[in-house]
Amino acid sequence: MSSSQIPVLESYGSEHLDAAFQALQADVARQAAELRTSEDREQFRLYWLGRKQGRLKLISDVWLKNAPAEARKSLGQHFNQLKQQIEQALEADSETLAPSSVPADAIDITLPGIRPTLGAEHPLIRTMHEIIRVFEHMGYSVGVGPEVETDYYNFEALNFPPNHPARDTQDTLVVANQQHKPLRDRLLLRTHTSPVQIRTMERQPPPIRIVIPGKVHRNDAADATHSPIFHQVEGLCVDENITFSDLKGTLDHAMKQLFGSNVRTRFFPSFFPFTEPSADVQISCIFCGGKGCRKCKHSGWIELLGCGMVNPAVFEFVRGKQPAYDPKKISGFAFGMGVDRIAMMKYGISDIGLLYSGDMRFLEQFA
Amino acid sequence: MKILSTWLRSYLPNLAVSDHQLADALTLRGIAVDGVFDLGPGNGSLLEMDITTNRVDAMNHYGIAREAAAIYDIPLKPLEVSLPAAKPAKQPVPIRIEAPELCGRFTARVLRDVNIVPSTGQIAQRFSLLEQKLISNAVDATNFVTMAIGHPTHAFDLDKLEGGIVVRRAHAGEKLRLLDGTERTLVPDDLVVADEKKALALAGVMGGWETMITPATKSILVEAAWFDPGTVRRSSRRHGLHTDASHRFERGADFNAPALASALVCDLILMAGGSIEGDFVDVVILELAARTSQRPPISLHISEITRILGKTADGQPIDPATVERYLTALGARIEKTSAESYAVTLPSWRLDLAQEIDLIEEIARLHGYNRFANTLPSFSGGVTELPWAGKESFLRRTLRAAGYTETISSTFCSSADANLFAQQSNSIVQLGNPLSEEVGFLRPSLVPGMLSMLAHNLNREVDDLRLFEMGAIFTGNSERVQEKPSLVLGATGTAITPHALSSLRDYSFYDLKGIVEELLAGFVTKSMYMDAFHASSTLMPPWLHPGRAARLVADGETLGFFGELAPQESQSSKFRQTIFIGEFNLARLFQHALRQPVARELSRFPAVVRDFSFTFPDAVRWQQIAETLTSLDISEMCSTEPREIFRDKKEPSGSYALLLRVVFQAQDRTLRLEELQEWAHQIFAALMELGGHPRFPLELLL
Repeated sequence: MSSSQIPVLESYGSEHLDAAFQALQADVARQAAELRTSEDREQFRLYWLGRKQGRLKLISDVWLKNAPAEARKSLGQHFNQLKQQIEQALEADSETLAPSSVPADAIDITLPGIRPTLGAEHPLIRTMHEIIRVFEHMGYSVGVGPEVETDYYNFEALNFPPNHPARDTQDTLVVANQQHKPLRDRLLLRTHTSPVQIRTMERQPPPIRIVIPGKVHRNDAADATHSPIFHQVEGLCVDENITFSDLKGTLDHAMKQLFGSNVRTRFFPSFFPFTEPSADVQISCIFCGGKGCRKCKHSGWIELLGCGMVNPAVFEFVRGKQPAYDPKKISGFAFGMGVDRIAMMKYGISDIGLLYSGDMRFLEQFA
Repeated sequence: MKILSTWLRSYLPNLAVSDHQLADALTLRGIAVDGVFDLGPGNGSLLEMDITTNRVDAMNHYGIAREAAAIYDIPLKPLEVSLPAAKPAKQPVPIRIEAPELCGRFTARVLRDVNIVPSTGQIAQRFSLLEQKLISNAVDATNFVTMAIGHPTHAFDLDKLEGGIVVRRAHAGEKLRLLDGTERTLVPDDLVVADEKKALALAGVMGGWETMITPATKSILVEAAWFDPGTVRRSSRRHGLHTDASHRFERGADFNAPALASALVCDLILMAGGSIEGDFVDVVILELAARTSQRPPISLHISEITRILGKTADGQPIDPATVERYLTALGARIEKTSAESYAVTLPSWRLDLAQEIDLIEEIARLHGYNRFANTLPSFSGGVTELPWAGKESFLRRTLRAAGYTETISSTFCSSADANLFAQQSNSIVQLGNPLSEEVGFLRPSLVPGMLSMLAHNLNREVDDLRLFEMGAIFTGNSERVQEKPSLVLGATGTAITPHALSSLRDYSFYDLKGIVEELLAGFVTKSMYMDAFHASSTLMPPWLHPGRAARLVADGETLGFFGELAPQESQSSKFRQTIFIGEFNLARLFQHALRQPVARELSRFPAVVRDFSFTFPDAVRWQQIAETLTSLDISEMCSTEPREIFRDKKEPSGSYALLLRVVFQAQDRTLRLEELQEWAHQIFAALMELGGHPRFPLELLL
């Protein structure tokens, strides 16, 4: 395919145009019939369609330059037809390449690759680590505690009165045969990670900044959003001069880290025996940005966690072991959030049961 | 709880905001409004409330109106009733409280010549908007007053009484037919309102059948009382009766409310005719009054408010004038005791307020939480990781890279599984109130959970599985429960990623052993080995195949067991493919430090590879061969590897052929032929001594 002269167009009359393009089409057809290997094909493509020196471009540059306005449309149509013919030749050719042109050791590179099987991170573990990392960057250490607790740590030291409904076996799973023991020594499955607040303060004097991830249990019937097994991350900050506005600022910052800097927070009065003042925290809906959608029930807000200033009564419980917890001198805040709920929201999980099923079809999405 | 906005507004003549604005303002102050529903022209809205259990004072219209008055700083209309003068009583009804520790106050007023008719007017209209059932003017009056001011009252048909009122503990086994028609058998922990002969009502919970108001009732005794919250709660629970009355009494009713409540109820009943007879009887137990309505003042310091709450959004702490305004609006009486402190006398309806911090919370609440600044506290302490955080992270990372997916399974298991998988017999923990009988125990092992997850997947045609779980397992008994961290691995199906062009291989014991070795290699151990025991040995867990499982021991301590699932377990779980499973004691593993990589010098001299082909009797295990080679103490021998093991038909049965690859390399020189010949001789001799037969003569190697 040596380069040839640009054919001379005698006039822009339709007769001459047709004849000139027929000649070009014949050229294309003759060359296309001779294509054998992929190298041939690439040569052919470059000869006709090359971006700078392609014959089609060279010819159209010359012919179009001198074309009268009325002939331009017809000329353009002819060039398009010619281009289509060339492209068809290229496509048809790719299907009918002669077998002899393929190297003997060629492989089918279009078969799927062998992807190594990677294990998946559990969405709850992943979410828990994300939350922990945010608080670690704010100076929080990590603590843990037992899943089987005494009534003392789960309720009494957290200022739950003896007849509080949460203590009822309708809400709390208990170890068998505890009736003969004093109430505070009875064993149960912790219903929240808050007992670790008490254990931590008993072990070390202030200042404290700790986050506590863990598994908790309640005597709940399972449905799409409830599971008798679930996970929480608890937080506790105790020092001199810790205020309610510090609690607000800390959680506002943490929510922005977790869900994006556009997220806003809103605090509502709530009630927990172990904090006072207590608050529920909502974040502006991460799906609609606060405009209102199905996910936030058209309120623009999503309820995410509970928190509050540590109740002085709680400090009084740990003071016996750590006298530094004098509620007149120190203060603190605590917060707790449901990991399952946050994971379900972040990853669009509709049924909490999937988290505890071990179902690979679900889990492999997190690999 | 349902609230009518028109009813609220009747107490708040100056309220200038819309129902929706009011609902938002209440919600932001902790009086949560879940929904606002328009009731049509002139009817205002219905507010669906979600009041936290500590705020029994706000579980009625007047209580919520009081909150609104405090929020908007507008007047709250006082509640006043003027009853007609009473006619003198021929014989006053005697009231006797025999259980003064359980009944702090009991008031009674007698109405004669009443007409029991259907309610009309305001009651009928408001009940209809609230979808509250109308019963009769007398009963509706008591319900109306509960909804208005939150204090439950009760109307008795006085003509059914035999003698005066006695408030006492029930007799053991005493029977009482209640308004709901059921007959209850009482215990002495139940408090009853009785006459001289019989129990009339379960105090604070529900009235009795016999003295109920009927169309024939002509004389009424209106009870307005205060009962001990704990007693009402226990009776309500014991008899499974959760009523509007018990809901309020068990959370602490207003000790001062009975007189007003009685007057409001009587005023409503008398609208249909009748008159008051005799004096209003009011028996007060002073000891209980002292604990409720007559509590001593609490001291409140401005400095403490600032210490706990910090700054508001304008950068200033809350000022004293604002503090005074909020507390006064809530019904507290305040007296300045110094430049920055007050003595605060609490309203009788706020039993939830008992300490300074409670008042601080009220101030923050009424001010609005979102009007406080967002600040970050400074911190001087350090951040510490859990000692095992790095080890857990290593295990997770390694397992995931090897294709194992993390799972979380149930904390519970059945009695059969608890016994089978317990690591120490009889050391299992039973639940007192399990979710169901099949999950009555705390898991003593992660194996049953893993087996059920494997089954879950296999039942869904997912056949190639590699799963792990890390979590707590439980041993002990009802006296003492120990928790320790455990790791379980479960695998089945093919060993490698399937591909059209590669042949598949089933997952095998050696795949599982390989990942166990990989995990262990991350830790510092002085010695590590794996061994096995015969089927009869109790050293191996019963859930593992006796000939196809191993124990893992490091530094003299058992770290776990792994291998093929025992055939009987496989059958009982209906597995149709071989399951591999292993469980490891992480508390023991985590006693070992994570290994720090140490780089060694790479030799500049070439390595020499020598293959030895031998036949061994089946009794000779690889471990013996490896130990024999090690005992030769050739420092230039840098690796020994079983390259291939196969059965050769030409060799006698009960023997196998081994292709052994040994690599020699020295740090300081190129190895000489004589050295290599000498070592080959030594290896030949040692292997033959073990019972091996060379498949090719030594000369071929040299």
